[in-house]
Amino acid sequence: MNNIGRNSFDIGYMDTLAGGDSYLHRLDPRAKLITAFLFIVAVVSFGRYAVFALIPFLVYPAVMISLGGLPYGYLLKKVLVVSPFAIVIGIFNPLMDREIVMQIGGIGISGGWISFASILLRFVLTVSAALIVIALTGFNTVCLALTKLGVPRPFVVQLMFFYRYLFVLTDEAERMVRARSLRTFDAGAMRFKTFVPLIGHLLLRTLDRAERIYLAMRCRGFDGRIPMIRSLRIHFREVAFVTGWAVLFTVLRCYNIPLLLGSLVTEAFR
Amino acid sequence: MSHHIVEAQDLHYTYPDGTRGLSGVSFRISHGESVALVGENGAGKSTLLLHLNGYLAATRGTVRIGDYPLTSKNLHAVRRAVGMVFQNSDDQLFMPTVFDDVAFGPLNLGLSEVEVELRVAQSLETVGAGHLRKRPPYKLSQGEKRSVAIATVLAMSPDILVMDEPTASLDPMSRSRLIELLKTFRHTKIIATHDLDMAADLCERTIVLHQGKVTADGPTIELFRDEGLLHRSSLEKPLRMQKCPVCSSRAD
Repeated sequence: MNNIGRNSFDIGYMDTLAGGDSYLHRLDPRAKLITAFLFIVAVVSFGRYAVFALIPFLVYPAVMISLGGLPYGYLLKKVLVVSPFAIVIGIFNPLMDREIVMQIGGIGISGGWISFASILLRFVLTVSAALIVIALTGFNTVCLALTKLGVPRPFVVQLMFFYRYLFVLTDEAERMVRARSLRTFDAGAMRFKTFVPLIGHLLLRTLDRAERIYLAMRCRGFDGRIPMIRSLRIHFREVAFVTGWAVLFTVLRCYNIPLLLGSLVTEAFR
Repeated sequence: MSHHIVEAQDLHYTYPDGTRGLSGVSFRISHGESVALVGENGAGKSTLLLHLNGYLAATRGTVRIGDYPLTSKNLHAVRRAVGMVFQNSDDQLFMPTVFDDVAFGPLNLGLSEVEVELRVAQSLETVGAGHLRKRPPYKLSQGEKRSVAIATVLAMSPDILVMDEPTASLDPMSRSRLIELLKTFRHTKIIATHDLDMAADLCERTIVLHQGKVTADGPTIELFRDEGLLHRSSLEKPLRMQKCPVCSSRAD
C-alpha cells in the first residue's frame, strides 16, 4: 500500500466539505478570508512567551467548526500532518533558553519550553484557521476572493494551477511508485539510488505537461489574464460577521482574559 | 467560404535536437472536408498538427489557413479559426470547474458575460455534458473529460477542428458516442489517429504519413484496401475490413 493517493483524495475532501450549505458556507468568501487574516495577525502579534493569553482564541476555530458543521477529527488530522514543521522550528528553544521563568508545583519551567508551547499553540490556531476557510469556501473560491481583494494575479494563478494539477501530479507519482514497487521484490523502503531518478523523471514529465497546458491556453487566447465570471456581493451579514470577530479579536489581544479571570477568582476567595 | 481551407506546402521541420519531424509535406484540405491523418508512431502526425495552429514554425515551407498564410502576425486569427483538441484532456482542462474551462476561450475573445454564458451552455449541450458544468475537471471520467475538452473548443466557434487521437483511452461506448457526435459537426475536420475504424466512419479522405512524408493521399476506403501501403506504415486494416475470425467470411 502507498498513501500518496489517499492523501490527495483527502485534499479533495475539502472541496466536498465546501459544498455544504450552512450560514458560514453562504457568506461571501472575502468576509471569511479577511476574518481569518485578522485572526492570524492577532495570534501572531503576541510576544514569544504568550501561552495563556492565546487560549481564548481557540473560540474562533471552535465556533466556525461547529456552525459550519465541519468534522473536528478530519481537520485535526490535517493539522497534525503539517505539525512537524512547527516542531522543527520550536524544538531548539528549550535547549537554548534555559532560564527558569515559572514554577509549577515546585518544578521550574524554563522560558524555552514556554516559547515552544507558544509556537505550537500559534501553529494550531493559524493552520486550523486557514483550513477552516478552505473547508467552508473551497480552494478555487478562495483564489477568486484573493483576486477580488487585489492580490496580484500571477500569484493567484500559480495557486490555482497548483491546486488543479496537484491531483494529476500525485496520480502520476503514484503510478511511478507503484511501477517501482511491483518490480522490487525485497519490499524494502525506496533507496536513494532509485528515488533520485524517479523525482527527476517526474520533474521532466511535469515540464512537458506544463508546455502542453500552456499551448492549450494559448490556443484559446490566453494573454496573461485568467478571466472568470462570478458575482460576489457584500451584504450586511458579511459586514456584521467581520466586525463582530474583529472586535472580539481586539478585546482578546488587549486583555489577557485568563489572567483577568484568575485574578477575579483569587480576589473572590481572599 | 474560403476561410475553412487548410493548405500545407512543402513543410519541413527539424526539432532542435536534430530529430527530423517533417520532410516535405504538402496537401490541401478544402471547406467541410473530413480528413484522417494516419501513420506509425513517430511518423510526424502530432508535429504536423502543431504546425496548423502555429505552435511550431516550419523550418521551410508554408501553411495557409483560409486566406492567411500563417505568420506570427496573424497567429491570433489563426488560433481562433483552428480549434485543437489535444490527446490528453487533462492538458486541455486547466480551470477549476467545467464551466470556467469552457468559458475561458470566449472570455478571452472579449465576449460579453451574457454571450459567454450562452455559448458555454450551447457547447456543453452539444457534447451532452450540460450536467457537468459545476464539476471540477479532475473528477470526471476520461469520456466526460474528452466531451468537455471538445466543448471548450466548440465554444470558440472555430472553422476548423483539429484532433489528436480523439478516441484514445475511451471505452467502446464512449468511443461510439464520440464518433456519432463528430459526425454531426459541419466543420472542416483533421483527425490524427490510429483508430482506422473511426477514420473509415468519419473521414472520406485519408492522408498517410511515413517518416515525415506523405506516402498516400486519397479516398479512405481505397487506401485501407491497400495492404502493402498499410503494412509499410505499421498499420493494419480496420477490423471491419478484416476477415471475421469466427465465421471466416470477409466483412466488406
